[in-house]
Amino acid sequence: MALPATQRLAETAPAAEPPGRGRRRAALTPRYVLGKVLASAVTLAFVVVVNFFLFRVLPGDPAKAFSPRGRNADPQRLVQIRRDLGLGLPWHEQFWAYVKALAHGNLGTSWGQKQSVVSAIGDRLWPTVLLSGTALLVSAALGMWLGARTGWRYGSPFDRLSSGVSIALYSTPEWLIGLVLLTTVTGTAFPSGGMTDPRSTLPGAVDVAWHLVLPCLCLVLVYIAEYSLIMRSSMLDERHAEYLTTARAKGLRDDLVMRRHAWPNALLPSTTLFFLSLGFVVSGAITVETVFSWPGLGRLTYDALRGPDVPLLQGLFLTFSAGVILMNLVADLLYPLLDPRVRAA
Amino acid sequence: MSTPKLLEVEDLRVTYRTAGGDLPAVRGVHLTVDKGQTLGVAGESGCGKTSVASAILRLLPPGARATGRVLLQGEDVLAMNWGRLRAVRWSAAAIVFQGAMHALNPVRTIGRQIVEPILLHERGVGARAARKRAAGLLEQVGVPSWRLRSYPHELSGGQRQRVMIAMALACAPDLIIADEPTTALDVMVQAQVLDLLRGLVRERGLGLVLISHDLAVLADVCDRVAVMYAGRVVEEGPGHRLFTDAVHPYARALAAAFPTIGDPASRLAPHGLPGDPPDPRGLPTGCPFHPRCAAAVERCRTEDVLLRPAAPDRSAACVHIGTEAVAP
Amino acid sequence: MTAAVATPGSFWRTFRRDREGMAGLVLLLLYTGVAVAAPLLADPAGLSRINGTGMPQSPPSLAYPFGTDEDGRSVLTMVIWGTRVSLIVGVAATVISMVIGTGVGIAAGHFRGAPGGLLNRLTEWFLVIPYLPLAIVLATVFPPAVPKIIAIIIVIGVTSWSSTARLVRAQTLSIEGRPYLERARALGGGHWHQMRRHVLPNVMPLVLANTTLTASIAILAETTLSFLGLGDSQRVSWGVILDQAYQGGAVSNHSWWWILFPGLSLVVVVLAFNLCGRALERALDPRLRGATR
Ligand SMILES: Nc1ncnc2c1ncn2[C@@H]1O[C@H](COP(=O)(O)OP(=O)(O)O)[C@@H](O)[C@H]1O
Ligand SMILES: [Mg+2]
Repeated sequence: MALPATQRLAETAPAAEPPGRGRRRAALTPRYVLGKVLASAVTLAFVVVVNFFLFRVLPGDPAKAFSPRGRNADPQRLVQIRRDLGLGLPWHEQFWAYVKALAHGNLGTSWGQKQSVVSAIGDRLWPTVLLSGTALLVSAALGMWLGARTGWRYGSPFDRLSSGVSIALYSTPEWLIGLVLLTTVTGTAFPSGGMTDPRSTLPGAVDVAWHLVLPCLCLVLVYIAEYSLIMRSSMLDERHAEYLTTARAKGLRDDLVMRRHAWPNALLPSTTLFFLSLGFVVSGAITVETVFSWPGLGRLTYDALRGPDVPLLQGLFLTFSAGVILMNLVADLLYPLLDPRVRAA
Repeated sequence: MSTPKLLEVEDLRVTYRTAGGDLPAVRGVHLTVDKGQTLGVAGESGCGKTSVASAILRLLPPGARATGRVLLQGEDVLAMNWGRLRAVRWSAAAIVFQGAMHALNPVRTIGRQIVEPILLHERGVGARAARKRAAGLLEQVGVPSWRLRSYPHELSGGQRQRVMIAMALACAPDLIIADEPTTALDVMVQAQVLDLLRGLVRERGLGLVLISHDLAVLADVCDRVAVMYAGRVVEEGPGHRLFTDAVHPYARALAAAFPTIGDPASRLAPHGLPGDPPDPRGLPTGCPFHPRCAAAVERCRTEDVLLRPAAPDRSAACVHIGTEAVAP
Repeated sequence: MTAAVATPGSFWRTFRRDREGMAGLVLLLLYTGVAVAAPLLADPAGLSRINGTGMPQSPPSLAYPFGTDEDGRSVLTMVIWGTRVSLIVGVAATVISMVIGTGVGIAAGHFRGAPGGLLNRLTEWFLVIPYLPLAIVLATVFPPAVPKIIAIIIVIGVTSWSSTARLVRAQTLSIEGRPYLERARALGGGHWHQMRRHVLPNVMPLVLANTTLTASIAILAETTLSFLGLGDSQRVSWGVILDQAYQGGAVSNHSWWWILFPGLSLVVVVLAFNLCGRALERALDPRLRGATR
């Protein structure tokens, strides 16, 4: 989604503490790994606590708050909500019950989906991975290429055009691009939503790929903007490095100086940012999946919040947060492996 | 003039465009180096030594302009097209940069960095042969060849400098330009690296331009030494003579500043010399050295002196040459 | 990190030479003008669903330059009034976010030991938790008694402060290392005194640059949450218009105007905030000039 993208627009400026520089200079020792894993576990615990208390404390009487609005609450529904949330018990007992269920992999039963939250999330996980993963790979590859070019040729017409377009795309939410695309293509050969079409004569995989094009395009446009600006700023930092003069002195073409020497160095900080953004990507899918009725976690979130389907919403929040925390952990563990300066230390 | 000299620099001028106006860093420098010869270039920090070195292979940053002629084996580097320039770089002349810490790419192995110019310039050589040559070069400069697989940060400062030298030798150039190759090193290592360079000149018969602000080092190693001040050569002559009895007052002060090789205390400013080097953007009128010169007279304020013969085989840029005042 | 500004005058001179920044500023002034003058530009009666005067979903025409929605309301009228709501929500949420972010950041940098460490942890947690799911959850559980527009403002404010806090903390740490603060400490200045008199004035320039960037985030967040149906349908913002367009069949009817005009208004104002914020950063930090364009 575009929100954290813009947030990182500020953070990529050298004024901010650039991730991957300084802060993460540590070798991959068992102690380092253990420390990072523990920190992630603590963060996850924090999310679990937030997840529990947000739903019980804030709404006043949760039962009233969560029953469908605009109608008088159906008494039977209220009873069910009270039972599901374990209301009536003291808080600490509620919390304990919640944690115990969680430890058993039990996130409760969805109010709207007539199945357990875990299986509802499980069913919808892969479409999200497919959509977000594809968009991510495509945009990371293109964005890093574009950012390297523009950063290297800083101030050139191409750079100005590309940066201008990137900042504009950065300021656009993905779902808005989706709406505009949908409005223009509806009724054409492109499907207007969903992941498959039962009437389609295409083989299954092709049909899915065909449905994937538009939502993927929305995500790619915005993510390319993000990754190219990240890479461009890394390249700008690297552009005046002295080893580049050595490379030029060797008689290398400018293009090779960039690809062989500047690029691998600029890639390091960018890779960290890339992984840190993976988490946001997962939640970014929420809006685009909604617009394109893509049967993934994002669309499920939309359906859950419209209810509201509290157990499902809780489960989704936990899933998304866990995903982000995991990706952050991967970034932390990957960086020492990528940078030879810390790898050997 | 049947065979051209290895390197002839004629009236080289380098100007940087900066926010505060044009900065003339080099203002008409002449240098000559022949095969098997070592030329020293001395001078305080900021006098334009690195600018001269970079201009020889046209490695100046985009905001800089170089004029004059740089004849490398008779061919003007400043007039070459890009293709020819790339072919000449490293194969005809190589540079050992100031500060080997940053001159090596931190994320590529030493081996890949040494092999790179070989594969680039010598078409017939395969990767395996190039690697073998790189291993040989490393051994030759005194670094074990298993270091080919190391990254720059895993080496000591002295080793990195040796790697830079090995890399400069990769394509067997006729000319090597070493820009302060020993500045960041401690005295022992400094002597070793200088010995290495001296040996290479002797064995391979290559020409060496050795840049340093330490006149004592240069006097020891070089056949001829040029002393620079404010973008110009102010004295030029045989290495030993320049150190023992310099003509120009600045060269004398510089010589007095380094009684022993690489005394770190006296590195930054020649000792016993008042004031700071001038800002190239606002040079004093007349001889740029006159505000700091003990022997300055009224004429020094107005008369900009160029190099003139001072003794057989020597020249200097000082109004006192030929008059009594200069005699010690 | 240096965010030293000589004087507001020299700062303004630097900013004024920045073409990007000036373009952003002009656009922002324009939007502010529209928001303030909304009652003069369009009759608020046109916002009511039962007062639609045009044909449902008719394309742009002289009478309805931005076309009409399914109830025959002028999209132009809604976009003009939406400007007001979107800007108010964005600015109010930004203020909340900046106050929390600056407070937490300074305190996390100032207090050594457990309190500072805990605040720092809290910041890191909030940085990690995905923004949109958290905002959705918060908006869902917000006490229904609170007007929705207030709820949205608070939700955005309390979910977007963490990156500001991190920046401010880093800046505070660097300021606290400076000699005059050590002197102030030695002279026995209390925590409050030190933070207010010495740290705050020094982090303010950074906070200002960050404010414009946060504002762009806040406006995007408002639109996204409203689009997902968590907005206040009584007060038409751009996001609410887009939600209604999506729900009301703009897509299948090809009513592009119903989506394009509110969408463009949103993109342009967010872009303007971003351009301004980047220019401010450049003007504040000479090192960045030319580096981050
Ligand atoms: N890239 C550059 N841009 C502007 N001025 C420069 C640049 N490089 C060097 N200079 C200026 O040129 C002068 C000579 O510098 P340099 O050749 O590096 O001297 P040295 O190597 O003798 O220390 C100095 O005044 C320096 O400030
Ligand atoms: Mg130098």
